[in-house]
Amino acid sequence: MGRNYFTILTVLSIPPTDRRLLVLLDDLSLKSSHSIFFNSLKSRGFDLDFKLADDPKLALQRYGQYLYDGLIIFSPSIERFGGVVDLAAVLDFVDSGHDLIIAADSSSSDLIKSLATECGVDFDEDPSALVIDHKSYAVAETEGDHTLIAADDFIESDVLLGKKKIEAPVLFQGIAHSLNAANTLVLKVLSASPLAYSANPNSKLSSPPSLTGSSISLVSVVQARNNARIMITGSLDMFSNRFLRSSVQKAGSPRKYDKSGNEQFVTELSKWVFHVRGHLKAVNLRHNKAGETDEPAMYRIKDDLVFSVEIYEWSGKSWEPYVANDVQVQLYMMSPYVLKTLSNDKKGLYHASFKVPDVYGVFQFKVEYHRLGYTSLSLSKQIPVRPFRHNEYERFITAAFPYYGASFTMMAGFFLFSFVYLYHK
Amino acid sequence: MAVTKTEPINGSTTKSSAPPSTSMPLKSDLLSILSLKSLRLKTKQQELLIRVSILCLVYVLAFITRLFSVLRYESMIHEFDPYFNYRTTLFLTQKGFYEFWNWFDSESWYPLGRIIGGTLYPGLMVTAAMMYWGLRFLRFAVHIREVCVLTAPFFASNTTLVAYFFGKEIWDTGAGLVAAVLIAICPGYISRSVAGSYDNEGVAIFALLLTFYLFVKAVNTGSLAWGLASAFGYFYMVSAWGGYVFIINLIPLYVLALLITGRYSMRLYVAYNCMYVLGMLLAMQIRFVGFQHVQSGEHMAAMGVFFLMQVFYFLDWVKHLLNDKKLFEAFLRITVTCAVGVGAIALGVGTASGYISPWSGRFYSLLDPTYAKDHIPIIASVSEHQPTAWSSFMFDFHILLFLFPAGLYFCFKRLSDATIFIVMYGLTSMYFAGVMVRLILVATPAVCLISAIAVSATIKNLTMLLRTKSKVSQTGSTKGTGGGKTSSKAMLDQSQPFQRNGAIALLFGAFYLLSRYAIHCTWVTSEAYSSPSIVLAARGAHGNRVIFDDYREAYYWLRQNTPPDAKVMSWWDYGYQITAMGNRTVIVDNNTWNNTHIATVGRAMSSYEDEAYEIMRSLDVDYVLVVFGGVTGYSSDDINKFLWMVRIGGGVFPVIKEPDYLVNGEYRVDKVCSPPRV
Repeated sequence: MGRNYFTILTVLSIPPTDRRLLVLLDDLSLKSSHSIFFNSLKSRGFDLDFKLADDPKLALQRYGQYLYDGLIIFSPSIERFGGVVDLAAVLDFVDSGHDLIIAADSSSSDLIKSLATECGVDFDEDPSALVIDHKSYAVAETEGDHTLIAADDFIESDVLLGKKKIEAPVLFQGIAHSLNAANTLVLKVLSASPLAYSANPNSKLSSPPSLTGSSISLVSVVQARNNARIMITGSLDMFSNRFLRSSVQKAGSPRKYDKSGNEQFVTELSKWVFHVRGHLKAVNLRHNKAGETDEPAMYRIKDDLVFSVEIYEWSGKSWEPYVANDVQVQLYMMSPYVLKTLSNDKKGLYHASFKVPDVYGVFQFKVEYHRLGYTSLSLSKQIPVRPFRHNEYERFITAAFPYYGASFTMMAGFFLFSFVYLYHK
Repeated sequence: MAVTKTEPINGSTTKSSAPPSTSMPLKSDLLSILSLKSLRLKTKQQELLIRVSILCLVYVLAFITRLFSVLRYESMIHEFDPYFNYRTTLFLTQKGFYEFWNWFDSESWYPLGRIIGGTLYPGLMVTAAMMYWGLRFLRFAVHIREVCVLTAPFFASNTTLVAYFFGKEIWDTGAGLVAAVLIAICPGYISRSVAGSYDNEGVAIFALLLTFYLFVKAVNTGSLAWGLASAFGYFYMVSAWGGYVFIINLIPLYVLALLITGRYSMRLYVAYNCMYVLGMLLAMQIRFVGFQHVQSGEHMAAMGVFFLMQVFYFLDWVKHLLNDKKLFEAFLRITVTCAVGVGAIALGVGTASGYISPWSGRFYSLLDPTYAKDHIPIIASVSEHQPTAWSSFMFDFHILLFLFPAGLYFCFKRLSDATIFIVMYGLTSMYFAGVMVRLILVATPAVCLISAIAVSATIKNLTMLLRTKSKVSQTGSTKGTGGGKTSSKAMLDQSQPFQRNGAIALLFGAFYLLSRYAIHCTWVTSEAYSSPSIVLAARGAHGNRVIFDDYREAYYWLRQNTPPDAKVMSWWDYGYQITAMGNRTVIVDNNTWNNTHIATVGRAMSSYEDEAYEIMRSLDVDYVLVVFGGVTGYSSDDINKFLWMVRIGGGVFPVIKEPDYLVNGEYRVDKVCSPPRV
């Protein structure tokens, strides 16, 4: 038990949060124009490494080891990354479980757009199109072209955006994107209002815009199967000091906020992206026969067993017990034979006890837990289930007594018969 | 002994028998009679010595002729099924019998698993393990693999002994000796019993012949002991191979034939009843067979004949009691009608209620060769289940094919219970050999025995002709034993002047044929049947031997580079090898017990990539093993087998249609290849 406790401690003490971030910039002036965002990241303990996107010495990995845990691409107009980094390298970076923030702009290059396409979102094809909303634009001194949008259509998720509700609308100025219908992992975090559309504000609309209404996503996130997190936005400005500090008043709304919701929004979302929040960890998946403590290599059909798993959530500083009543375990062989909701003890330990079905084969204990915002837990542990051994069946069954009787009378009869036949003369 | 050895038999008898007729003195006469007697005894000893030494030589010959594969390659297990047998034997020797008996194998048929103990014939593994333990006990530090490799040759050697005794039982010792020689090198048998071919058949042919021999012996003697022995022989056969169904159908058929031809006897009654009842009870102890003896359609013939025997016996008894012939005939009619009626009703009710299972597909396909092609692609897909070509008969039997009818002629000429048996065995097994290539194996002992009768009888007749002539020319009619015969032969001889020369010519012809047979057998063994098929050999451009060991390398790669619980999907042919050599879980293997599962794999193999991916995900597949022989010109690769994947997949999932994979009714692997193929 002591050793187990120790292993729990060692496993739990590794924080999932990213440490080293690489920020790719178009030019270094962004460093100051977006300093509030960067400083907030720094103050939260991240090591930021600013590089120009076309830096010839740019590299994500050295000697097979990634140098960074996360990547922020604030260089919308880059046509080719410097150094050895290219599109495939960035995708490999994500595929190996690292996180990514992409901010596009009206000047976005094909590289950024194809990177976004790989992540499951499609930016508007028209290079000059911006999101225009004549209803929920941000009120400014001059009546503009309504491309500065005050968006407040947030996704309802405490995990993504924090427990504190974002009161003020978020200022957005940039290009629209839509979600790829085939990709089930991408989510709209901030969507445009139903009246928004994507078009070139400086020219007259000749044909209906390709992207309209709430199918336009302003900010999207992806959580890949390997729990790598990606945030994609069509506006680089929404991270800028100007937007973060600006006051905002949504058109048609009487309330004027001293400060836009941008700061809270990007801070909370960056917490999620860099795994400060919403990271679950399942450890100590155990199972044993009822009444025993050791884990068997194989079960027999109709065995009673106890299954348990511990689930913890990363709070930013430490692993806290995760409490939910919807975690289920399956005993699975091509289809679930047992599906049972786990009960928990509020300290992170989930357990259930059930009977192995009367089917032999190679089963799996499966815990598939996918909840919005949380890292997905999909645990499986293979366990063969064998049939009865030859000496595990019931030895004598009442129903068979006639047969036993028959065979014994037969034997006795045969003996008597032989005896009589041989000696009766 | 030294004297007898130096002098040939013929010479010594003629020389010593010549003096008495000419010399007068009494003493010498007495002496010569004495010497004659002692010589006669010695002749018998001599004959025994020659017979034993021939048998020993044949025993050794049968063993060493099967060692080509070990010399050419190495001591290794061949082909597909033997790998499973090897793996199970290994398990048996490591874990003991009870673990083996209860073994649930989670590494094959993922995720269904397979109860190994209940789905195999344990005879082979137990035999090998016993030999292994025996050798260990005698302090021979052998590896179990060596034992497994040499099991089949060892049993082939034993088969020659059984063949000798069998031949002796049905004809005479000469036929027995010839049969032993013929079966020792017959390619039809060697094909399944070379060293390394560690398969059920290797042991089963021995058991089959042993059972038949013991049964014929029991019928000939009417002895309970032989009947019991044949029941045990049958038990061993049941424990070794599914081909026991042949025995349990042939023997009732034989009994029925004897009943019909009026050869019913008490001997037959004792032999069959003892063999059937005890054999059945013993066979039920094999888990894989279980209650099939009383529940499956294939075994019903034996049971029917068993009851028929009782009816016959009863009738005999009644006949014995009733002296009135008319009354008996009436009684006979009633009883037979009743018995047949009750039997038919029982069979009908049993079949209808599902208690008696219908015949299995394999059985059907034996009776109707086109059945499998239309209904069960999985049986038809196996190359050894194909109908036999004439050339392979020639290849496997060579001159035996011509000697077989001659032997039948001799058998019919001297009809007895034993020869009827061998004739029926020969004819039925020849039919089955024509239906399926692999059943040539079953026919081989019968063909060898019947041919041996032909050879032995012919040569005996010819030599008798030669010898009587020489005797006749030297001495008149003073010879005691067989005098009448010789004189009649001599008369016959005088009427046909060139008979002696003809006989010599024929004798030479026979020896020439037999020597050709020996050469052919050796050639076939070394060229065709000694390749392990897991290691390929080819002749290079300069005639040098090139060895491709790609299979084993692939399996070792799997073993060393994949996680231990990885699931490998492959076409079922490679299942056993992957589990045995790669030690990884497979989805399907050569034990084709679940057609649906195989069809799922066939579907995955023949669908587009994205559909296949879904199927493979659902089966938790981590790796896919495909065999491509295009580079080395290896013909039996997965592309060759692909159409069978389509057919077997299509048999269960109608989504897959064979015509989709054909271009103008042709299967092509080139630019015009059909759309669904990747």
